[in-house]
Amino acid sequence: MATIQKSISNADEEVWQDKPRFSYWRVFIWALLLLGAAMMFMPFLWMLSSSLKAEQSVFQYPPQLVPDPVMWSNYVEALVYKPFGTYIRNTLFLVAVNLVAVLVMSSFVAYGFARLRFPGRDAWFVVVLATMMMPYYVLMVPIFIMFTRLGWIDTYLPLTVPAFFGGGAFNIFLMRQFFRSIPTELSDAAVIDGCNEFQIYWTIMMPLAKPALVSIAILSFLFTWNDFLGPLLYIKSPDLFTVSIGLAGFRSIMRSRWDLLMAASSAMTIPVVALFFAAQRYFFESGGITLTGLK
Amino acid sequence: MDAVQPVVKKPLLSLGAKKTIIGYIFIAPFILGFFIWFLGPTLYSAYLSMTQWNLISPAKFVGLGNFQHMLDDKLLGQALKVTVIYTLISVPLGLVLGFLLALLMNTKVRGIRLFRTIYYLPSIVPAVANAVLWAWIFNTEYGLLNVILRFFGVSKIAWLIDTRYALPAIILMGLWGVGGGMIIYLAGLQGIPAVYYEAAEIDGAGRIQQLFNITIPLMSPVLFFNLIMGIIGSFQVFTAGYLLTNGGPENTTLFFVLYLYRNAFQYLNMGYAAALGWLLFFIILALTLIVFRYIGKNVYYEEAR
Repeated sequence: MATIQKSISNADEEVWQDKPRFSYWRVFIWALLLLGAAMMFMPFLWMLSSSLKAEQSVFQYPPQLVPDPVMWSNYVEALVYKPFGTYIRNTLFLVAVNLVAVLVMSSFVAYGFARLRFPGRDAWFVVVLATMMMPYYVLMVPIFIMFTRLGWIDTYLPLTVPAFFGGGAFNIFLMRQFFRSIPTELSDAAVIDGCNEFQIYWTIMMPLAKPALVSIAILSFLFTWNDFLGPLLYIKSPDLFTVSIGLAGFRSIMRSRWDLLMAASSAMTIPVVALFFAAQRYFFESGGITLTGLK
Repeated sequence: MDAVQPVVKKPLLSLGAKKTIIGYIFIAPFILGFFIWFLGPTLYSAYLSMTQWNLISPAKFVGLGNFQHMLDDKLLGQALKVTVIYTLISVPLGLVLGFLLALLMNTKVRGIRLFRTIYYLPSIVPAVANAVLWAWIFNTEYGLLNVILRFFGVSKIAWLIDTRYALPAIILMGLWGVGGGMIIYLAGLQGIPAVYYEAAEIDGAGRIQQLFNITIPLMSPVLFFNLIMGIIGSFQVFTAGYLLTNGGPENTTLFFVLYLYRNAFQYLNMGYAAALGWLLFFIILALTLIVFRYIGKNVYYEEAR
């Protein structure tokens, strides 16, 4: 894994070390990339530009690319029309709880799989992998009925409690791969110093695992922030809505106010994009992390 | 040791037993979760699939009745058709496009970092925001797509209303997120040692020969992995069909899991929905086995280093 990650970060520098030579092949590739990039970027521009237009100018042909006048007030109007402030706060609460659960539980379990030897360990790890293969929709109905019986419908319990049981098979898998790459000398030294396994896990391995923990934190944030099906199934009261079901509800009452709909969609997307720019390296490394699963 | 320290009391547990207990303490959260959120629901689902139940009146045991009903269920046939067509088009297209993009990203041209960011960003847009955005892009009168087509002299297309175009529209929307796969291929490409290409160049192999004899064989495990994950994922597409078209027009975007969702939460056929879940499980299992059998043998695995 380390070599892959290293090669990704090195590749950027190599691009600039490489002297820019002119060749038709390069120009062709560059033109192709530029065309593709324009196509990929267009929907973003369209979203932002529509979100800043006046109510009627979204229906103009040819469309204004730069809105005139620029209606920053759309964001205010969209976000107070429905209590998006509450939705955002609710979602952030769910994000925080799941983040703690996933980081602590998946690393704790993964430590057992990666660094301890005991009978049955490998069989249980196969079980971890097997649960990753199960489509969620097979279990959706029985789990929904379970939560109904428990009286957990319209609470946050169905959206938070499961994460405390192991933190997700995929995260366990990622953390195990990471822990296995740390040399055993470190923990051997700690044993001699009288540390028990729990101390080694918490005081030695966790600080070393920071890169993997950040990757998992990002994945967990994205999952909770974007999750639609979970809140759709379990949340009924508007004051418990998350951003995703809030936006879906906003869409169903605002059939043609595209200015406001785009403002709300942008508002949901901007935090994700901001996180991306703050932690770009970890996003791109997720490609490398996925790869390690194949080795 | 024992001879030197004879006074040490015999520990209550042997070292091995203690290690085993500590090991199981560490993995206990997963084991508990496995029984509560996985094994229990799996068994429960197997039972449910043999009942008729609307959550209110008592469940009625019907044996394999639900599975028999599937054979005459025209909507199920439609849902399978939609999902299979979607999979057959979007998975190979996404695979090839993602791989080609990664090849382009792996060349040394100016501004490659910016390009990489632009291509990747769409894949992290939240699903609901994405659906709302594309509903606007596909708008018949004022949407971006028809505005561009109009510029080229193509007449308006009712993307989400016309039965011929609704499914292609959702496929197009899915392709916007192709950068997610690209980033995995890119990591794979950058892990191929440069010496392979240097040696090939000395032997006089051209770019195309290098692509087919070095890059593609070495990348085949990654391509294969993404193929399988792509198939599994495309059988579970929900949000797009639910928010963008709600299965319409005329059920042309009635994805399998949307039909399952409706059975469970709109028609309250819990037993039938559970049975559909198992059908999904067996379809995905069968497809995975078929892909392993017929494509897996062409995957090249490097000797363990």
